[in-house]
Parts: sequence; structure tokens; C-alpha cells
Amino acid sequence: MAENKDGCVKPSKGPILAAAESPAASPVIAKEVPKVLARVGKPAPDFELAALVGGGFKNIKLSDYKGKWIVICFYPGDFTFV
Amino acid sequence: MFAISTDSRFSHKIWQEEELSKMVPGGVPFPLLSDQGGRVGTVYGVYDEDAGVDIRGRFIIDPDFTLRAMEVLTPEVGRNVSELIRQVKAFQHVRATGEVTPSGWQPGKPTLTPGPDLAGKVWKVWKPDSAF
Repeated sequence: MAENKDGCVKPSKGPILAAAESPAASPVIAKEVPKVLARVGKPAPDFELAALVGGGFKNIKLSDYKGKWIVICFYPGDFTFV
Repeated sequence: MFAISTDSRFSHKIWQEEELSKMVPGGVPFPLLSDQGGRVGTVYGVYDEDAGVDIRGRFIIDPDFTLRAMEVLTPEVGRNVSELIRQVKAFQHVRATGEVTPSGWQPGKPTLTPGPDLAGKVWKVWKPDSAF
């Protein structure tokens, strides 16, 4: 099958964790004990996710925007009502 | 400004084209990110495992990459954009001046400068009706 640049499924990095906490270092613990790392006054947890930007798709890495004021809004889903 | 849900980027595209563009001409001017599996939502404390979605959570990050504010709501209640903008302005002011902004502060309203002389004397310079 020809390599598709933007296939049906495209893994994204997700959270970018410090080496000691990375899933590769401790797969079982990382899977079973998801850790909340967001704390005010502490460094923002970094991540890289696939995104719709303008009309196209690209990955966005949060730390690429270091130096700017950033607002991130999680929401329950496209086509939800509020 | 980034918006994140557990939907795929394809869903984001259709939502932007079919609905959001009818509310905001050209669609919303910020990226829509796809957190499938809720891994990033988990790290930010907003992933609801039972529903399989990221609930409503809003985070302000300053230029040093420090998380300054977070607000998390169950999905039924929408956000207040004016309050978000007020908080960003307040954090920008605090970061630039070292002053602090009392409850209800808006740009132009008095700030406070913490120090030994102010201890026990806030009542002289700040009244509860300033909170609104």
C-alpha cells in the first residue's frame, strides 16, 4: 500500500513527559496511574497533538509557543451545545 | 489560544465548516486540537474516564511557560470570556509591575503593593464593593 501522508489514523505524541516519567521508562505504572501534572505556579505540562489549523492539518507542540501568553480550552466535544 | 477535545481532526474540520463558520465568519481563528484517548486531558486533570471526553477546562500559561490559572467546569455550564480576558490582563499587569490585583480588579482600578506597611491596613484602601 502506498504511504499515505495523512491516513485515517495518525498517532500523535500526546503528553511530553520528563524522562523518568515517560511510558518507555515505566510502561505499567504510566498506564495504570495517570498523573495529573497541571498545577498553578508550576511549568505547564507540554504536549504535541494533531490539529486543524486554518483549513489543513498539522501537529501543534505547546512549548513551541513559549514566550507568548497561551490559553488552552478543553471542551467535551464538537457539536456539543454550550 | 488552543481548543482541545477528544474528537478527531476530521470531526474538527467538519464542525468548523458546517457550524462554527456560521457563528464566526471564516470559522474560529484558532487551532482545534485532537486529544484522542484523553492523554493530554488526563495530565491536565480534565479527562472524564467514564464519559471518555475532556470536560470544560481552561488554562492560562504565561510567557515563562508557567501555568497561571485554571478553571474546570462540568460540561453543562459555558465559560465567561470577559472573565478570561480580565484574568489575562491581571496576570500581565502583575508580571510587569510586581503589584497585586485585589478581588474584582479591572484595568484602571487600584492595585495593591504588598509590604509591611499594608499589613492590617487593606481595609483603608480596598472596600468590599470594589469586588464587583
